[in-house]
Amino acid sequence: MAEKYTPKDFKSDQEVRWCPGCGDHGIINSVQKALAELGYPKESWAIISGIGCSSRFPYYMSTYGFHTIHGRAAAISSGAKTANPKVNILQISGDGDALAIGGNHFIHAIRRNIDITTLVFNNEIYGLTKGQYSPTTKLGTKTKTSPYGTIETPFNPGELVIGAQGRFFARSLDINVNLTAEAIEAGVRHKGMAVVEILQNCVIFADGAHSLITDKEMKEERQLILEHGKPMIFGKNRDKGLILDKTGKLKVVEIGKDGITEDDILVHDAHCENPSMHWMLVHMKAPEYPVALGVIRDVEGVTYNDALDAQIESVKASSKIHCMEDLLNSGDVWEVK
Amino acid sequence: MSEQTEVIDKKNIVIRFSGDSGDGMQLTGQQFSDAAALFGNGVSTFPDYPAEIRAPQGTVGGVSGFQVHIGDDAVKTPGDYADVLVAMNPAALKANLRWAKKGATIIVNLDAFNDKNIEKAGYKENPLEDSLLQDYNVVPVRITHLTEETLKDSGLDQKSIVKCKNMFALGMIFWMFDRTTEHTEKFINTKFAKKPAVAAANVKVLEAGFNYAANVHALAVHFNVAPAHIEKGRYRTITGNKATAWGFMAAAEKAGLPLFCGSYPITPATDILHELALRRDLGVKTYQAEDEIAGICTSIGASYVGNLAITTTSGPGLALKSEAAGLAVMAELPLVIVDVQRGGPSTGLPTKTEQADLLQALYGRNGESPMPVIAASTPGNCFDYAFRAAKIAVEHMTPVVLLTDGYLGNGAQPWKIPSMKDLPEIKPNFAKEGEDYKPYARDPETFVRKWALPGTKGLEHRIGGLEKVNVTGEISYVPENHQIMVDLRAAKVAKIADSIPEQEIFGSQDGGDLLVVGWGGTYGHLYSVVRELREEGKDVSLAHFNYINPLPKNTEAVFAKFKRILVCELNLGQFAAYLRSKFPHFTYEQYNKVAGLPFTVVELKEKITELLAR
Repeated sequence: MAEKYTPKDFKSDQEVRWCPGCGDHGIINSVQKALAELGYPKESWAIISGIGCSSRFPYYMSTYGFHTIHGRAAAISSGAKTANPKVNILQISGDGDALAIGGNHFIHAIRRNIDITTLVFNNEIYGLTKGQYSPTTKLGTKTKTSPYGTIETPFNPGELVIGAQGRFFARSLDINVNLTAEAIEAGVRHKGMAVVEILQNCVIFADGAHSLITDKEMKEERQLILEHGKPMIFGKNRDKGLILDKTGKLKVVEIGKDGITEDDILVHDAHCENPSMHWMLVHMKAPEYPVALGVIRDVEGVTYNDALDAQIESVKASSKIHCMEDLLNSGDVWEVK
Repeated sequence: MSEQTEVIDKKNIVIRFSGDSGDGMQLTGQQFSDAAALFGNGVSTFPDYPAEIRAPQGTVGGVSGFQVHIGDDAVKTPGDYADVLVAMNPAALKANLRWAKKGATIIVNLDAFNDKNIEKAGYKENPLEDSLLQDYNVVPVRITHLTEETLKDSGLDQKSIVKCKNMFALGMIFWMFDRTTEHTEKFINTKFAKKPAVAAANVKVLEAGFNYAANVHALAVHFNVAPAHIEKGRYRTITGNKATAWGFMAAAEKAGLPLFCGSYPITPATDILHELALRRDLGVKTYQAEDEIAGICTSIGASYVGNLAITTTSGPGLALKSEAAGLAVMAELPLVIVDVQRGGPSTGLPTKTEQADLLQALYGRNGESPMPVIAASTPGNCFDYAFRAAKIAVEHMTPVVLLTDGYLGNGAQPWKIPSMKDLPEIKPNFAKEGEDYKPYARDPETFVRKWALPGTKGLEHRIGGLEKVNVTGEISYVPENHQIMVDLRAAKVAKIADSIPEQEIFGSQDGGDLLVVGWGGTYGHLYSVVRELREEGKDVSLAHFNYINPLPKNTEAVFAKFKRILVCELNLGQFAAYLRSKFPHFTYEQYNKVAGLPFTVVELKEKITELLAR
């Protein structure tokens, strides 16, 4: 059933209007690559977005697309998927759209485990309204609405996903087109709500927000790219890894030092039902730890849309009401002659 | 029957059952009205219950009431004032005495009139012992005691025994109106099929109440209300909220579309969601959303993929939905938004009725955001207008607001069951595979665009909330284009007037002295008063509106036939203001009430009579 597509098949005829150098250009390449790889019929895709720079996304794709209102893309996607589970839904939001105005819909879509894939473009800023802090902006950052620095603790999207009982979370970087494409593919293949956080750079209002981990010199030391079943090893020389220390916390160690061998390094299990390790991985911040990238959690579960369809089938099978005429004439009915 | 008992033939009787909210008064009232409907009477009912689920026992705040109006003619309202009042405790008497006619029969549960309950109800003295009730026919009965006596050998515990006391009162009322207990006995046996001891106890108490009334000569009057001349056919009792839910299900079946309802619980609209949630057997998808906004947004998503999508709410929820409603206007997707109006503003009076959301429905969105608005006018025709709202939404690719209200939603009446084959067709205009699809290309007559569903090969396209170029749907900020699109969206809604019926006049078809104008849930009261006045020879007519936006095409012609126009509504004059904006050359007099209650026929009659004398 898979069809042969190239990324180009998913490009629309519309001129792309993101700023030159914007991280979104890389992300759209990743999405087009992922959709081509997946090979699902083009007409089966609906790309549904909210409001913000990232939410212009549907116009640049040649699939079905719906550019909705601020914060509500998760709710609109939830309704669309529930109403017609055959449609493949890719929901696009920014950090403001998904986590501020749309926070309620975001956590409830995750809790319900509706089979949609949500990409959160996290640039830690409001770009389209020209530079106000967002719920992911680092504490103390100066922006137009925080000229003396923010005094709010930011959300970590992955923590929110796990807190809302999420079953899939991946993290990637806008500039790593292949990693992002792989994360999206895995998210789409995951049956249930999948959240992919893409650390994205806004060149205009928050340039370098992620430079601590994207910095050319340091990136190998500060990025841990996770793969299921593989040891959590990173570093330019692949000589660093993670272990659990005596207090149960993650600890960065050097292989070959203090008697540490590769066998001591933790092995990533994305499919583990218990989210404790996933939470610790999501929580890691540079420079104390490397930042975890790739598929961090991928645990199958029953989706809302499947459960609803199953319930409908089971009630239908045991009910005496098969059409409106049956219902209208059921129960306490009398004849006036 | 006793010789001392007088039999009175009555055309109409109003009975009000009242007690603590745990006393089972809703069920008691419903049983009486079902029996009356089966007998062939015209019936209209209305529950009056507190917003609190279990307010403190014995207090006025915790009183639950149920009013039944039965008659030998088509009854259109639950009646203004009661001929018979059942008060199960002092608080019920305190809360409901104002609704009893002078001279009414008041049956009280004497056992509940102890010092503690009298004080809790806010009476200083025992109301049964002072002059307060001298104008009424008070029948004190030891209902609790007699129920206990009846069930002393039943083996049930004390709590279960006392719970049966509503059946004693019901039995008395059945005797009073010469009705058999048969229907209720059947109901009890079905309801408590798994608890035969409880069923037997309830039936026994029901019969005991009936026999008590027959034996003690306590009730001096025995009423006879003849069956009404009702159109032949199959009937059932239906509330407005249930009829609304069923109207949408019927529309979905007719249109061949799956039905989706995204909604958030809110009084008094939630019963629609309850009813739809029951119908998994008909494939209905209900989605209890995390908030009102998600309620409408999930429905917009469902509409986008080809479902008949609805969302149900009340005034505060409609306010929360307004931005998303604008998206449906802009994207031109079918959707029905039901507002079961309640007293406002803010949380207001959640369980009370009002018509004050009209202007919110018409105009409560940013930008030029035209939306059809239609209103149901009886509990039964909530079915028809839900159906028609869905038909308009689907065939004209637009969101539609359906206004009902707490009075219609909770009110019940016998309802002639329609046949599915007699309902009109609903034809969704889908774009088909292989056609050269442009998302905003329009039918030249109706300006309606086609609905292209995700999954259809070759029709991939983008829609959204940004302004767009007509036909192609591409984003455009060009000033001239915006003007064109605003005009087109308005014209599309205005064109719906071509497919709705003309406005009817009840009364003088060629015009006359006074035209009473109403809309929505006030129909029963306005119709009743106009009919009474016409029977008295007054030249009064009624134009009652169901289609608000657009108005029927002949509206102006109807108004022009009458010397005076009186707009009656349960707000400060919102429909009158709307009509003034549409047809400013007429003078609109107003009668407004905003008390959380329906009109009474009495007050309307007084007002209109006074107006005619001027």
